[in-house]
Amino acid sequence: MSLSASIHAVRGTFDLNVHLTAEPGRTLVLLGPNGAGKSTVLAAIAGTVPSDGTILINGRAVSDEETARRRVGYVFQDYLLFPHLSVLENIAFGPRAQGVARPAARATAAGWLERLGIPELADRRPTQLSGGQAQRVALARALASGPELLLLDEPLAALDVEVRDDVREELARHLREWGGLTIVVTHSLDDVASLAHDVVVLENGRETQRATVRELVRSPATPYVERLVAAWRED
Amino acid sequence: MTRGSARRSFLMPALWIPAALALALLGLPLVALVVRAPWASLPDLLSRSEVIQALALSFGTASIATLVSLVLGIPLALVLARSAEWSVVPRRVLRALVTVPLVLPPVVGGVALLLLLGRRGLIGQFLPFTIPFSTSAVVIAQVFVAMPFLVLAVEGAVRASDRRFEVAAATLGASRWTVLRRVTLPLVAPGIAAGSLLCFTRALGEFGATITFAGSFPGVTQTLPIATYIELQRDPDAAIALSLLLMAASVAVLVSLRDRWVPGLTA
Amino acid sequence: MKCLAVAAVLALTGCAAPGAEPPPELQGTLTVFAAASLTDVFDQLAHEFEADHPGLDVTVNYAGSTALAQQLVQGAPADVFAAASESAMDIVTDAGLTAHPVVFATNTIELAVPPSNPGRVDDLSDLERPELAVALCAPEVPCGEASQRVLDHAGVIPSVDTFEQDVRAVLTKVELGEVDAGLVYCTDVLASGNGVEGIEIPGAEEFETRYPIAATGTANRAAAAAFMNWVLSPAGKELLGDAGFGTP
Repeated sequence: MSLSASIHAVRGTFDLNVHLTAEPGRTLVLLGPNGAGKSTVLAAIAGTVPSDGTILINGRAVSDEETARRRVGYVFQDYLLFPHLSVLENIAFGPRAQGVARPAARATAAGWLERLGIPELADRRPTQLSGGQAQRVALARALASGPELLLLDEPLAALDVEVRDDVREELARHLREWGGLTIVVTHSLDDVASLAHDVVVLENGRETQRATVRELVRSPATPYVERLVAAWRED
Repeated sequence: MTRGSARRSFLMPALWIPAALALALLGLPLVALVVRAPWASLPDLLSRSEVIQALALSFGTASIATLVSLVLGIPLALVLARSAEWSVVPRRVLRALVTVPLVLPPVVGGVALLLLLGRRGLIGQFLPFTIPFSTSAVVIAQVFVAMPFLVLAVEGAVRASDRRFEVAAATLGASRWTVLRRVTLPLVAPGIAAGSLLCFTRALGEFGATITFAGSFPGVTQTLPIATYIELQRDPDAAIALSLLLMAASVAVLVSLRDRWVPGLTA
Repeated sequence: MKCLAVAAVLALTGCAAPGAEPPPELQGTLTVFAAASLTDVFDQLAHEFEADHPGLDVTVNYAGSTALAQQLVQGAPADVFAAASESAMDIVTDAGLTAHPVVFATNTIELAVPPSNPGRVDDLSDLERPELAVALCAPEVPCGEASQRVLDHAGVIPSVDTFEQDVRAVLTKVELGEVDAGLVYCTDVLASGNGVEGIEIPGAEEFETRYPIAATGTANRAAAAAFMNWVLSPAGKELLGDAGFGTP
């Protein structure tokens, strides 16, 4: 299992051109400042924005596939839980959409709620969830759809600072347990430290450094990473 | 959403006078209808078989017209909402076509329908059956005048809804049809409910296009508004009774829908 | 007395004499409520009357006679009311708004069919054929009453598709070819020109419709009286005759 993605997308004057590879069990973090094109990379992989290039998921070329057929799980920054469905129905949505019968889909969804330790939330509406709960539901929803690749866009940015560390540890544990191909987009070194195996730094649409977490902290390649590491050490 | 305190400060006393006049203009005619109604003979007037017939015909045709408007109007609303991405000319033409029946005098709509679907109409002359003077003609006339209300209400709701939910659904493996059925439409359900309500009440009150295109025959095409108008020529008391019935029906439809479905229409 | 024949005769004798010695001082506005079937001829009458009285402004409001009568009872301001039936006029006299209406014209029910007569309608009994589309005036309005009397007399039970709210609506449906036949006044057939073909109904003249006229207001009594005199004058009758009306 692997991901190999060459992505080229032009948005007005913004020009994105990157090549990414990822391996299962090793979480790849895309790190970069706002506007570097991180979210566009995820959207291009998921097929929700047009792009040129070649994207291979487990050797399967998906560049010409519709989003629905790429088998890419996507956790959005603000989660985008369907407001008209309960938590259980949100999680069962993926299996249902793929043709699983309603009782089986609900059983699958209930199983994911158990695995993530939130079975008591099943009948809640998304508006009745805390930020951390919503994030876990969003993760469960993405995983329940049986993705070959999981994309997380700033998964902790919408959370209050007090709960962020706990939720991050939880998330890291769940990603380890899942063990599939994962790409996380963030601009926080805390996230990198907890979640990443490999890091790709993206600045202004281009890759500026590719490293393990340890290498990144030891030898930052650009002023941006340098500043980030310095600020992080002070905390 | 905004509660009184945020708005109160700007309401000048001078505005109360025109506001009260406006309210009087809207409300007093209905009060007059209620006051002048022949209450004593009302049960007799309203239990006449031709009244029951007209009432049943009105509710039946308005319901069918609303269903037809839902089936045809929701897709049109979705197209209209997406037309924001089109170039100017086709976008404006589309919007004008949807809006014109709202501003057109209904009688003109009726004449236009005759010229299209009448026995010698552009299309009607090729049909193996006759549309005018049938109950289907009543429904067609009602759809013509009432469907735009539904289309515009649903279109507004679609435009206001967050399209990223559709993207999220697609990443979960949902086909376009599934996205439409399980995400887009449920999210705009309040707009659909409001639009259906407007559509139904407009169809219920439809007169001009109906009498022109469908004519007037008891039990077939003579809806409650037409019966009211014709009755006014012979027996004003009966006409008042029928008007009261129409008003009650419209009000009943309004209050039967809860506020959360139709913000702005019910208190 | 046949509608078309009358028109022809009057057209031959037609040498329009102007309204006899108009009183010169008429001023202001004159509001006339007139039955829908009078539309064309009252436009002419009003036009010529205005020409004779430059200081006067004549407005004619056309609608179904019964609707107009109801409006008058509800206080609509009209100086003259010309109705298409005596029962409509009765509504106004019963309300005490006028007295002594005078019959100034008569009209006869006739069959109207679209040009070339696609339904092959020959006489009144054809209205019983269920496959034909037939329009009548609603029984609540004068032309409907008149039509019913003619049908009753002939013992015909028509297969009706629509009851229209006034005679002009019936005429329109025939002109558009949406119905195969309708019952209208012979004056409507004449007014329609080539729009419809008329078929006379034997015996219909026995059930002629009588058009009464009366002054109904106090605002401009002199003008109202002068206008009624003009309608009843030989020249007025001639215009009515040209339009196909009978005159008593």
